[in-house]
Amino acid sequence: MIINNCKKIVGGSGEGPALVTVQPINFLAMVDPKTGRITDPKHELYEKSLKGAVLVFPYAVGSSVGAYAIYSFREYGSAPSAIVCSKADITTASGCAIANIPVVDLHKGAPAIKQGTIVRVEADSGIVKV
Amino acid sequence: MELARDEEEALAGKKGEALASAYRILVAIGEATGAAKLVPIKWAHVSGVNYNTIGDAGVQFLDKFSSTARVAVKTTVNPIGYDRDHPEGIPEKFQEKQASIVESYGRMGVTPSFTCTPYEVFDIPQKGTAVSFAESNAAVFSNSLLGLMTNKESALSALASSITGKAPLSDLRLEEARNPKVGIEADFKFESELDYGLMGYFAGKAVKESSVAFSGIAMPSTIEAKALSAAIGTSGSCGMFTVGQGRGEKISFTRKEAKAAMDELSTAEDGDVITLGSPQLGMNELDLLAKLTEGKKFTKRCMIFCSRAIHGQAAKVGLTGRLERSGAEFMCDSCTCLTPYVTKEKHDSVVSNSVKGAYYLNNSNKVKVALKDLRTITKEYTE
Repeated sequence: MIINNCKKIVGGSGEGPALVTVQPINFLAMVDPKTGRITDPKHELYEKSLKGAVLVFPYAVGSSVGAYAIYSFREYGSAPSAIVCSKADITTASGCAIANIPVVDLHKGAPAIKQGTIVRVEADSGIVKV
Repeated sequence: MELARDEEEALAGKKGEALASAYRILVAIGEATGAAKLVPIKWAHVSGVNYNTIGDAGVQFLDKFSSTARVAVKTTVNPIGYDRDHPEGIPEKFQEKQASIVESYGRMGVTPSFTCTPYEVFDIPQKGTAVSFAESNAAVFSNSLLGLMTNKESALSALASSITGKAPLSDLRLEEARNPKVGIEADFKFESELDYGLMGYFAGKAVKESSVAFSGIAMPSTIEAKALSAAIGTSGSCGMFTVGQGRGEKISFTRKEAKAAMDELSTAEDGDVITLGSPQLGMNELDLLAKLTEGKKFTKRCMIFCSRAIHGQAAKVGLTGRLERSGAEFMCDSCTCLTPYVTKEKHDSVVSNSVKGAYYLNNSNKVKVALKDLRTITKEYTE
């Protein structure tokens, strides 16, 4: 499956297993930067790791410092290989711009991406290959 | 987003690496928020100053970035982790890393305000002025009560705006988004600032739009508006509120929703230390607290977090002395959120009236919180 017409937020390309959630993420409070693991027991991705995955989530919430958390993931080698948002927010966009993590927004009505399927994001051409 | 020629050149690296990084950030957030262009801003307020929030990666980033980056507009900064006049119990490593961060921001030319309430410390520009505020309570408060125009910026996007003097013209910098399409109606009488905080926490989760209208409540006082702004900023992406009937959808905020937020955030019955100040306390709050504790003493350690500027004002009118006679301790330049003063090694649980503080104490400091309003705290913990 190829999802076209995705909106490029940060350029580049990346591939990995899809880590999918409908819940927003607070990158400062909910993720261990060293491992990329979600540490909030109330989050549906609890104990899953962002490392090497294509994170498919709605948008980030909460602390403005979440942008540095995203940059830290890159420095610790725990970063996702790409991010697919329903509506990218400023924290995700700015953190990924500095960490060189490709980001696209899915358009409304795009087909759902299944947990664990291998996904390739080509942000510059606005394509997500599932 | 369209860039002017000089902006394109800066993005391409012709004006150095720092400006190229800054424009890369501005382009990404411009795309994310659907901006047509960049506009000048008058003031940037940058977060990411406390070592506990940005870690080693942040320290190294700022050290390198500050070797060439210089602020282009007035830039104020968020709290650091601790009060450097009270380093007791703060690990040496933390102090060193914190000093490096302060030096980096200093090199860039920021005003070392170390406050999350710049709106209580600095002169406020005219209504309608575009600014770039990262600290979420400051963004929400300034949009909602002061008529400034900022998106809910990130630490890095506000930094990018600081050194370019520009931000995307989008979202809450345009009138359309400032007119809420969704409302929240409270159906019970609020008794304290804590009720405003709980409603804000609920609103952040419930509202996906950039602004929200609250009805069924009186116009909040400054103290209540600070609690509300901080809580909205903590749980969501919404960056502004109005008071009154909004357009469109309306969501109820009943005692049931307030209790659900309380159950999530208030994780202890009691605590072994009281922390007040997230956001940092202002003159109003210090005055109220001094009245509530007049002639009494705190029965537990009570830490008051405020900016050094507010502490100076409070000292001039005798407020700090009155509060210290009640046993309270002032911690300047820092705040409850992610401070190394409060750790799970030192404290089982904390008493606070801050919804935002409770969220970060629970989730980041891993310390339990007894959430109580200010009047209740002074009633239960003074004699």
